[in-house]
Amino acid sequence: MDAYWPGIKKFVRLNSATLLLLLFCFLLALFIGVTTGKYFDIVNTFNILEANSFRMLLAIGMMLVIASGAIDLSIGSVLSLSAMILAVSLHAGLPVWLCIVVGLLAGTILGIVNGAIISITKINAFIITLGTAFLFRGLSLIISRGTPVTRLPEAFRSFGSGEVLGLEAGVFYAVAAVFIAYVIFYKMKWGHYVSSLGGNAAALRRCGVKISRYRISVFAVSGFLAALAGMIITARLNSAEANAGLNMEMDAICAVVMGGTVLYGGKGNVIGTVIAVFLLGMIRNSLTLLSISSYYQQFITGAILLLAVIVAEYRERKKRVV
Amino acid sequence: MKIQGKVDDLPHGSLAHNLMVEIKNLSKKFNHIVALNQVSMQIVQGEAAAIVGDNGSGKSTLIKMLTGDLFPDTGEIVIANQSFRRLSPRKAMELGIRVMYQDLSLDNYKNSSENIFLGEELMQGPFLAKKRMLTEARQLLDHLHIQTPDLSEVVGNLSGGQRQGVAIARALRKDARILILDEPTAAMGMTETERVFRMLQQVKKEKKTMVIVSHNLLQVFDIADRIFVMKAGRCITNVLTKDTNPYELHTMIKEGL
Repeated sequence: MDAYWPGIKKFVRLNSATLLLLLFCFLLALFIGVTTGKYFDIVNTFNILEANSFRMLLAIGMMLVIASGAIDLSIGSVLSLSAMILAVSLHAGLPVWLCIVVGLLAGTILGIVNGAIISITKINAFIITLGTAFLFRGLSLIISRGTPVTRLPEAFRSFGSGEVLGLEAGVFYAVAAVFIAYVIFYKMKWGHYVSSLGGNAAALRRCGVKISRYRISVFAVSGFLAALAGMIITARLNSAEANAGLNMEMDAICAVVMGGTVLYGGKGNVIGTVIAVFLLGMIRNSLTLLSISSYYQQFITGAILLLAVIVAEYRERKKRVV
Repeated sequence: MKIQGKVDDLPHGSLAHNLMVEIKNLSKKFNHIVALNQVSMQIVQGEAAAIVGDNGSGKSTLIKMLTGDLFPDTGEIVIANQSFRRLSPRKAMELGIRVMYQDLSLDNYKNSSENIFLGEELMQGPFLAKKRMLTEARQLLDHLHIQTPDLSEVVGNLSGGQRQGVAIARALRKDARILILDEPTAAMGMTETERVFRMLQQVKKEKKTMVIVSHNLLQVFDIADRIFVMKAGRCITNVLTKDTNPYELHTMIKEGL
């Protein structure tokens, strides 16, 4: 046992955020179980997964952007605009597969626009994406003239939110996104450079890496995932609305920071983000199980988020070295 | 004191075609501040050149132009007979220019081996060959006698000297044609500094072209063949090390010619 002790200690030190979140999940499950007699069984877990698949996609995109030392406040608007483009092209009678490609491509292009503006002007991503957030949502409003685009083809709805093996399709998209994000972020050059972009962009450039390529592509990925999330929501509601995705960037940022990603970039955490999204889902679910009025839900969620983010930030600050 | 600046006087009996680095009339302004003013230098292949000067004399700005980190306003850089007005970091690397920056240019959230291989990662198909990089980094650091406690520790948690060791190892990892070191031992203790200079002596024996910026004149005398003196954005002179002494150099740095 003694031989393993330093290894275990290092593992705990490196994964403290993730382990803490898991502990949180466990305590919450225990508390709910004891107080209501309703346990987080497999059905409930699947419910949480289904309800949060689109949040998972958004959070994964946000995690990559934050790890790269930027932030993307426009994902909610990208979600809305790409879903609107998708719904409008469905109404125009284009084949469903083509509409889906168009929608996802639209999200990717909007992401590229974000990344390119930031890369060219070298202005803080916070301000640029705040601007494009208004711009994109404005476009979504202009296209829809404020009215939801409804009555979408059945084929599209089953692709976006139909059941596969008893689970909503979105869960599989989210699982695939998590898996791919894990591999490209930790195992491949792209993720290696994306996190270095947050760690020390000048060093990366001096080492001969074309940093604008990574700056733009990380926003493209975030845009693509936002469009995918938009597709799921649109299929589920059978309606694309200009207001879709409102404030969802804030949920995503909270999950990312809770999950152990450094808000200033340089270090990301895929698994931590996944668990944080799940924990936030559990919290929402628990409030329902405890029959707490929806008036209180937002307040309590906010308080818990704030607490978690403060804890995460202090933990990181203690570790931050230079 | 004999001041030499002409190509004919260069060491190793070299001729113009042996020039490795030629800097022609480089100028650079930052807003209204003149950082470099018509600086010209010639460094012969296999020569160890030192650039000395007070703070703000333009040493680091000059170095950053050689490495592609900054573009000059006017002038050009000729490296191995290729002329550049704007050199990119990538091009500089392709030309075999290896650099250790004064700020070390390390990603604090990455470990030593990841920093040593940054930009030139070893791959296994589409994936990073992390284990192989770790092994090679260990071998490299051992070879250079640089001590780091744990290669998988992020460099942000290492001491100043250890971080400098990692930065030097990165510059020395690949066979450099031109090795540029900006204050290579600034954060190091005496033993480590000595070790680094012993290492540089070894590099010098291999007839590599070196450009060193240092405040430590004794070290400069230990290693350089030629010393360029900069003052207020100008290169005021260059001397062969054997023709001068630290005291004389000190006077030049402080008071000019």
